[in-house]
Amino acid sequence: MAAIDFDVELRRAGAHATGGWRRVLFLAQRHVLGAAGLTIMTVFVLTAIFADFIARYDPLSVDAAHALARPSLAHWMGTDSFGRDVFSRIIHGARISLAVGLGSTALGGSIGVIVGLTSGYLAGWVDLVFQRVSDVLQALPLLVLALVMTAALGPSLPNVILAIAIPLIPTVARVTRANTLALREQPFVEAAKSIGMSEVRIALRHVLPNTLAPLIVLATAQLGSTILTEASLSFLGLGIPEPYPSWGRMLSESAAEYVRTAPWLVIFPGIAISLAVFGANLFGDALRDILDPRQRG
Amino acid sequence: MFAYLVRRLFLMLVTLFGISIVIFFLLRIVPGNIVDILFAAAGYVDPADKVDLEKQLGIDQPLVVQYLHWIGGLLHGDLGYSYVSEKPALQEILPRIPITARLAGLALLFSASIGIPLGVISAVKQGSRIDYALRVVSLSGLSLPSFWLGLLVLTASVAMFGQMPIFNPNPQSLGEAFATYCIPAMVVGFRSSALTMRITRSSMLEVLRQDYIRTARAKGASDAAVNYHHALKNAILPVITVIGIEAAFLIGGLIVTETVFNIPGVARFLVEAIRWRDYPIVQNLVMLIAVVVVSANFIVDMLYAVFDPRIRYTD
Repeated sequence: MAAIDFDVELRRAGAHATGGWRRVLFLAQRHVLGAAGLTIMTVFVLTAIFADFIARYDPLSVDAAHALARPSLAHWMGTDSFGRDVFSRIIHGARISLAVGLGSTALGGSIGVIVGLTSGYLAGWVDLVFQRVSDVLQALPLLVLALVMTAALGPSLPNVILAIAIPLIPTVARVTRANTLALREQPFVEAAKSIGMSEVRIALRHVLPNTLAPLIVLATAQLGSTILTEASLSFLGLGIPEPYPSWGRMLSESAAEYVRTAPWLVIFPGIAISLAVFGANLFGDALRDILDPRQRG
Repeated sequence: MFAYLVRRLFLMLVTLFGISIVIFFLLRIVPGNIVDILFAAAGYVDPADKVDLEKQLGIDQPLVVQYLHWIGGLLHGDLGYSYVSEKPALQEILPRIPITARLAGLALLFSASIGIPLGVISAVKQGSRIDYALRVVSLSGLSLPSFWLGLLVLTASVAMFGQMPIFNPNPQSLGEAFATYCIPAMVVGFRSSALTMRITRSSMLEVLRQDYIRTARAKGASDAAVNYHHALKNAILPVITVIGIEAAFLIGGLIVTETVFNIPGVARFLVEAIRWRDYPIVQNLVMLIAVVVVSANFIVDMLYAVFDPRIRYTD
């Protein structure tokens, strides 16, 4: 797939100027939903970065005197059974969701790219082995594989990141491999070979940049599902351990007990998860429309 | 066709064999075994008892021997014994399957009956407000964690009826059956219906752009005839493929939803077994899930050939 020439695409779409902010504004007008997604993502990232300044209480400090307090001016989203401020925990929870989302997408993505490039480039038995291994990994649902991996590795932040990253590898590798196979036959790769460029350099400098667009689209699509998977793992009690404020953990099984007595414990963390995933999905959809017009629906 | 079938079946077996290796060794890379955990929980360690128990459970043998023992048993229908209940694993797993199967079936039904019509409407009205609204709804459907949706349903039912739907294995009335199966199935199916809708929409759009649709319109066929008679028939094919993907998707939803609603199905059993480190149960359940997913994909491929006469697996 050839790289997309943004300026040509934009002019064709009716943009008068293609530089800097005007370009961003133009894209935002054409993709309202994507712009909304980007805004949600930006708020989410800023919340994670400035959590210490936004949160009004220490997310871990226990205050038995104010356990299960209703939402009020002092505790905007109420408190949990340990008297911890739910609002502060949700703000700090953004860090965990973001760390797992970005961490596992980046880790799974980079391993996937290396595997995909190697197997598409070397072909032969390396490729065959890779294909079978990825069949194996793809035959299990993301959540099931991640569950078994965290069970094996033990619950901690790095292990959760790793457990979610590994199931992502085959998809990224398959996309990279398919593009590599197509690009290998292109004249510009042949030209690079004829002037004596090394295979590694061709792969990294010429083939990889041309597979970036679909990979970026894939990574944003995966971001939402990694956040959701972390939440599910933590909900099941096998993800981020206590006392860290993971959104999924806040909703863990005990939440069913509080459905009756303290519904705020159920409602707010769920809104946080859904909003973050919704933002990532909206943004991912718009990015797909922009970068990969063939898939445009 | 026959050669293709044989090759596909062979590849399926290779994949399942690979999964069995991955799962078996993955569960055993952590230092310490079930005996350590049991004894740590009991609070005392008598080395002689420990060795005895290890021998009894067969975990004193090399991993490869243990693996071969497990696979050999699997082929004979012997799944080993649960560490926790000490009953045969098969006895523990079998009665839970119908519960989860019923839930999954209802969820798929729900997802198709909501997702396909909405996807068609969204595609036919592409660019309209309805299309925008439906797309936002479907994306938000994909963004809601099923367990949260389940918890919200519980919260709402407490607020409205003052009680939660409790799982009843032998529902007496229609209302009870509805609460037992349909509510959780809808919670699981809601996310899949969003996925089905998105795929139906994009597949329908693809078909609507084709020449034969223009021809049908030029002939003066009504919009309804073109959309439902000509377009939907061809657009439905990729939607069938999704059922294969959805099998994997549904299992994820079932795991958390059965936990929320306290339903004693296989999906919740997997989580419990993982928590108790009941490895014979975990590895057999993961194999069961893999068999379901791999067979679903296989069946979908075959259905493809049945529904689309252009596809012939000759190679």
